[in-house]
Amino acid sequence: MDVLASLADGFAVALTWQNLGLALIGCFLGTIIGALPGLGPSNGVAILIPLAFTLGLPATPALILLTSVYYGAMYGGRISSILLNIPGDEPALMTTLDGYPMTQQGKAGEALALSGIASFVGAFFATWGLVFLAPQLVKVALLFGPAEYFALFTLAFATLGGIAARNQAKAVIAAALGLGIAMVGVDHQTGVPRLTFGEIHLYEGIHFLIAIVGLFAISEVLLFLEHAKGEAPEASATKLNRITAPLSMLKKTAGAMGRSTIVGFIAGVLPGAGASLGSFVSYTMEKRISDKDGTFGKGDPRGVAAPEAGNNAAAGGALVPMLALGVPGSGTTAVLLAMLMALNITPGPLLFTQQPDVVWGLIAALFIGNIMLLLLNVPMVGIFVRVLQVPTKYLMPAVAMIAFVGIYGLSGSTFDLLVMIGFGVGGYVLRKLDVPLVPVILGILLGNEMEKNMRRALTISDGEYSILWGSPIAITIWVLAIVGFVAPVLIGRFLRPKKDVTVSP
Amino acid sequence: MRKLAAAGAATLFAAIAFTGQAFSFEPKQTECVAPANAGGGWDFTCRQVGKALYDLKIVPGPVQVTNLAGGGGGVAFAEVVAKRNTNNDLIVAASSATTTRLAQGAFPGANQDQVRWIGTVGADYGVIAVSKDSPINTLPELFEKVKADPKSVSFAGGSAVGGWDHLKVLIAAKEAGIDDARTIKYVAFEGGGEAVTQLLGGHVQAFTGDISETKGFVDSGDLKVLAVLSEERLPGEFADFPTAREQGIDAVGANWRGFYAPGGMSDEAYDFWVNAVKTTYESDEWKQIMATNGLMPLARFGDEFDAFIAKQVADTEALSREIGILQ
Repeated sequence: MDVLASLADGFAVALTWQNLGLALIGCFLGTIIGALPGLGPSNGVAILIPLAFTLGLPATPALILLTSVYYGAMYGGRISSILLNIPGDEPALMTTLDGYPMTQQGKAGEALALSGIASFVGAFFATWGLVFLAPQLVKVALLFGPAEYFALFTLAFATLGGIAARNQAKAVIAAALGLGIAMVGVDHQTGVPRLTFGEIHLYEGIHFLIAIVGLFAISEVLLFLEHAKGEAPEASATKLNRITAPLSMLKKTAGAMGRSTIVGFIAGVLPGAGASLGSFVSYTMEKRISDKDGTFGKGDPRGVAAPEAGNNAAAGGALVPMLALGVPGSGTTAVLLAMLMALNITPGPLLFTQQPDVVWGLIAALFIGNIMLLLLNVPMVGIFVRVLQVPTKYLMPAVAMIAFVGIYGLSGSTFDLLVMIGFGVGGYVLRKLDVPLVPVILGILLGNEMEKNMRRALTISDGEYSILWGSPIAITIWVLAIVGFVAPVLIGRFLRPKKDVTVSP
Repeated sequence: MRKLAAAGAATLFAAIAFTGQAFSFEPKQTECVAPANAGGGWDFTCRQVGKALYDLKIVPGPVQVTNLAGGGGGVAFAEVVAKRNTNNDLIVAASSATTTRLAQGAFPGANQDQVRWIGTVGADYGVIAVSKDSPINTLPELFEKVKADPKSVSFAGGSAVGGWDHLKVLIAAKEAGIDDARTIKYVAFEGGGEAVTQLLGGHVQAFTGDISETKGFVDSGDLKVLAVLSEERLPGEFADFPTAREQGIDAVGANWRGFYAPGGMSDEAYDFWVNAVKTTYESDEWKQIMATNGLMPLARFGDEFDAFIAKQVADTEALSREIGILQ
């Protein structure tokens, strides 16, 4: 087992007081950064790169600091999703669906503790996956060409109906809105600006964080303003029963965590799919498998465990193509990659053999960071839930402030703040119309990639559409997509209790 | 220890050499604008050069780096032209991407004469490569194949259509005698790494990118470099790669890194900055940074750089018109 021997060497590199201290700082900062709406793992890492340079850290400690921030932010993203219904970062989007209802039922403590453990499970096993499977998985990633990616994104959209069960038509409208927003910016395949109205700030498209913060955080503030004149909603009325997850809940969600870890890890390994797709597919798949009573979306613990295990597993999986191919599987790994290049480490097929101490030190650091995050997060649940006891009239201005600071920090552009406010107003209107917001974000997040891959495939094939189903992998994914799309329509008719009277628009 | 002493001596020497020249301009609070977020190439240029400028005592205090992202550098360009046109203490990081966008009108209402071009600090040269299993072994062979059947070869690159990776193939194809640039099939991916992966997976037949992106895959033997688009063979470990020129295809594609300054900058300040960047480029400390970061030599300063930019913009404009990106 020379893999284990290498890992032991890695621990020898990572286990110094300085590195442990850096990991602790990184985990702590990462958790905070992840929890703040508008600051996600990729900005967290980007913000700290200059710090790593200024401290003059050598390669391994610098990477340990930054990956701790990365994992920390993946953990932290769930906190505001669960407590405030505002995703702290884009992969934590799906956690709002069941996390916030749990908070409303007074189970915020359980939800936070459970999601912390689910994050740990996802990240822990994904790191093992990275240890043992990286070389083999790279070969799988190579099999995915544009056509296969297009099929994969279609699969994600085909199962979209699963997340917003109340009114499929509104979910479709929401997704279409998201796809439209994704079109904004210079078209990558032709260089033609689309929907930019000559405004240079729109040339790079609309950053999904701006959309998320606007749609969720700002619209929340607007909703509060609307209610503020009337009876003030008592935030502190939310009961806090316990701050740990009961064992029975862990048992109930174990299957969900296990399955989601696998799905998330695979999504992470595929460059261009990433953590958001990981948590998204984990959630919809778990809903298909275990939602027999229609409790998903109403505070089902499995609906919290699945996306959290999924997105943290994807974070680990995304390191596979980054280290072994030099291809970032997500925005954050793209920033980490830039950091590696700046440290004169060239990721690629030979990285594992040429720079073993960097790679294995990094992997050991991931294990250390993970355990630290679990230890850090479970006791901190008690502190986090206090947020709920802050009266809304103080909490909402704070949310607005963090949203503005976070988005301004992203690009230093006041234009983005205006766009965010626009999204806030739009989100408010959509909420009033009972249109779900999650599909809008998914449209923005995945729409671009889906379009790009389809056009790449068609360029390669000279416009021949058959390339889209030209390989066994693509065909398999298409079959899954069609089953995923048709099955709920057929099965749902018999299984799902007819509890919603659809309001026709 | 010896290296440190050498660096120290070099610094001292550079400082003496520098103070030896008299400038009527004295910079105060200097600033370098990186038109992208932290972690990107422009950010790197600002931070590394800023640090070197201060270490070499060319500027009195640390250079403040400001990140002004957006519009592929267009936001920073517009800001400098509109609001900071007469600032004498300001330089802005730029690269071939800046000139490409200027040439293609991607910065609305902007042109290269609105700013003053200072100089380069190095370049990353273009490569055209195929996977190790490909039957093609030279650049002319590849273009013969394209000529015989343009549909048989898809080029993958990391920039958008009309971007630098695309233009490099077109420059080479023109020199190889392919008259209609539109017959070249180019597929745009997110970054060179993704493009190489697609090549290794057999989804495309050729790769166009910068040499720094290919290093890991060349070392592992997965990638076969057909040509580097440099004037002569590159130094060090890259010396084995043939240039396009020596294969009879006179194509050069350098992705330079450098700086521009506000258009209203005084002549004294401009001379100061041209000299400052030149001194930095020639220092031993900078050579070290170039070596560790895969930057290759490319030296153009002041008027010479200005002419270089004008030519690059004109060439890019002509090519872009031909492939229909510019009407």
